[in-house]
Amino acid sequence: MDAIFLQVLNGLDKGAAYALIALGLTLVFGTLGVVNFAHGALFMIGAFCAVTLEKVLTISTKVKDESITFFDAYKEVPILEAKFPVVGGFIVDWSVPFAILLAVPVMLIVGLVMERGLIRHFYNRPHADQILVTFGLAIILQEVIRHYFGANPIPQLAPDAFAGAAPVGELFGLGKSIVYPWWRLIYLAFAALIIGAVFAFLQFTTFGMVVRAGMQDRETVGLLGINIQRRFTIVFGLAAVVAGLAGVMYTPILPPNYHMGMDFLVLSFVVVVVGGMGSLGGAVLAGFLLGILQSFASMTEVKSIVPGIDQIIIYLVAVVVLLVRPRGLMGRKGVMED
Amino acid sequence: MSTHVRTPSATADWILMVLFAAAILTMPWWLAPFGANYPDLMQKFAIYGVFAVGFNLLFGLTGYLSFGHAAFLGVGSYTAVWCFKLLTMNVLPALAASIVVAGVFAFLIGFVSLRRSGIYFSILTLAFAQMSYNLAYSVLTPITNGETGLQLSLSDPRVVDAALGTEAGRSLPSTTLFGIKMSGISGFYFCAVVLIIAFFIALRITRSPFGMMLKAIKSNQTRMKYTGFDTRPYLIWAFVISGMYAGLAGALLSITDPLAGAERMQWTASGEVVLMTILGGVGTMIGPVLGAALIKYLENIFSAINNQDLTRMLSFLPEGLQDFAISTVGLFVGDGWHLTLGLIFMIVVIFLPGGIMEGVRRIGRLFSRGDRGSPAPRAHPMPAEQS
Repeated sequence: MDAIFLQVLNGLDKGAAYALIALGLTLVFGTLGVVNFAHGALFMIGAFCAVTLEKVLTISTKVKDESITFFDAYKEVPILEAKFPVVGGFIVDWSVPFAILLAVPVMLIVGLVMERGLIRHFYNRPHADQILVTFGLAIILQEVIRHYFGANPIPQLAPDAFAGAAPVGELFGLGKSIVYPWWRLIYLAFAALIIGAVFAFLQFTTFGMVVRAGMQDRETVGLLGINIQRRFTIVFGLAAVVAGLAGVMYTPILPPNYHMGMDFLVLSFVVVVVGGMGSLGGAVLAGFLLGILQSFASMTEVKSIVPGIDQIIIYLVAVVVLLVRPRGLMGRKGVMED
Repeated sequence: MSTHVRTPSATADWILMVLFAAAILTMPWWLAPFGANYPDLMQKFAIYGVFAVGFNLLFGLTGYLSFGHAAFLGVGSYTAVWCFKLLTMNVLPALAASIVVAGVFAFLIGFVSLRRSGIYFSILTLAFAQMSYNLAYSVLTPITNGETGLQLSLSDPRVVDAALGTEAGRSLPSTTLFGIKMSGISGFYFCAVVLIIAFFIALRITRSPFGMMLKAIKSNQTRMKYTGFDTRPYLIWAFVISGMYAGLAGALLSITDPLAGAERMQWTASGEVVLMTILGGVGTMIGPVLGAALIKYLENIFSAINNQDLTRMLSFLPEGLQDFAISTVGLFVGDGWHLTLGLIFMIVVIFLPGGIMEGVRRIGRLFSRGDRGSPAPRAHPMPAEQS
């Protein structure tokens, strides 16, 4: 029972990452009609925003280490901390959440540049071309990151306040011994917040209304005299920001490395297809669902019955769903079938 | 609306075949100025040429983009190595077995994937490819030997060889074609002959009524269905045949280097063959072979350049400029080969979606003052589902 509860939490966590990426992907499909294989790279760029900020904040200087008295020892201390002990230390410690402030404008710019420079020319090209050009872009982004940051994962730390484990067992009455890392719970809440914000934006603003209308029927929106092309750029930027934020906050959970983009990309596409192309709710739902399924499949009891199931469960489920419900769980008629 | 599609005559086809065969067989000579005439590289040209030709039968003719063909390549490799381990070092049984097994595998995957079209089909094949790759690395390690890859060993049974009384030597035997060792230049000629035969078969398929059905599927599948044709068997056959080509390529990979690894089955490897086909020219006959050769050649040349070579090549520049040039160009060579590959991907798709063959055609049109009819528009594949 405890194990199951923990796995559900794990699954929700991973599923939150998938859901955020899939949300961005579906936004881009539904409005622009573009298959964006570079979305995983956006996730990766967000994560590396956090890495960059941490590198910048921890530019260190040598300070005499008082605790060693045998000889003169020096330790590396970030300049911020050395100059401003309390505030500087706080900032360095909370570098990951502060990276959000860096990531939003960076991802927005990246998204806008990508859309204006590249994607805009591929609105009417066949999907195969879109896939290939964004795949090429993803490879380039991945290689550039690898060149500057190296091929090894660069672990990031959650702020000290959240470094420990929360007594979730007590909260749910399951026993005092069940704990779960604070940061993962924070991530879950953060993801829910972002998803909520995106949905609220789409539901309660005029811009969102136009976007939703465009997702339903792009042609008619044009016929009604609304220039939806101009709004596409902003939607793409929004999708990029969502992916980037997902990446930033995920860094303490999974050390960023240069191929995390590709790893998450395949699964995110599977999530989108299972949820139903063009359905935002479906993407989110499928993300969480597949995350939980993957978590359960990696439990040792399950693995002992069907070895290797954790690797393939997502693909198996995708195949089954696509065959039984061809449009995905919540897909609408006519999307991606034009 | 007249389209300028001229079906090549039979004579033109024969000339193409002869020229192609001649070009391939004389590769060791005319590749010398490019520094590409060593056997390993030429083998790779031939092998990936086979792969690309087969992939073109699916993507070029029907318009269905599959990301799963790397799985068939892997399956072909593993089957071939198992043949070497269990039966005999003679390559022909390995070839035959790989083709059959890859074909069966392709049938199973195609049967499921082809129930959908367009992007759903691509994602399904992607899912299957990743599934196979993950399975090969984890669960199926008894068959695939996981990360270390499947290799030959001295203790392999090799039943047929033992029955025929072939002497077991001290070291690992090499693959043979009735006694001729399949490595080095003889290995290349074997692959070249296989490529020529495969090219010939692909040519015949393309010009046949079956090929015409596939092209019709690409241009308007719904209309085909309305006129009474059931498109599914054609699609499945196209998928299986291209899968068999991939398995053949995989077998050739193992023949020239008896080692089978799972990294060949990743979907990014499928992406490479897509690039080769597109770079050469989708739907054309020679295009895929050209694309494959060019990519492999660039890969070899670019990844082999290291900093010393760069310094040597750029030594004519003044000091400061030289350092700058080395650091920028250095991004694209050696380890940075993938960066160059990604760039090629993007440039080809953005500027020359018809590939090299389209470039050649455009240059030809520049020079021929003859009838400048409008070129046939590139057919966009129409997915099956309408409602």
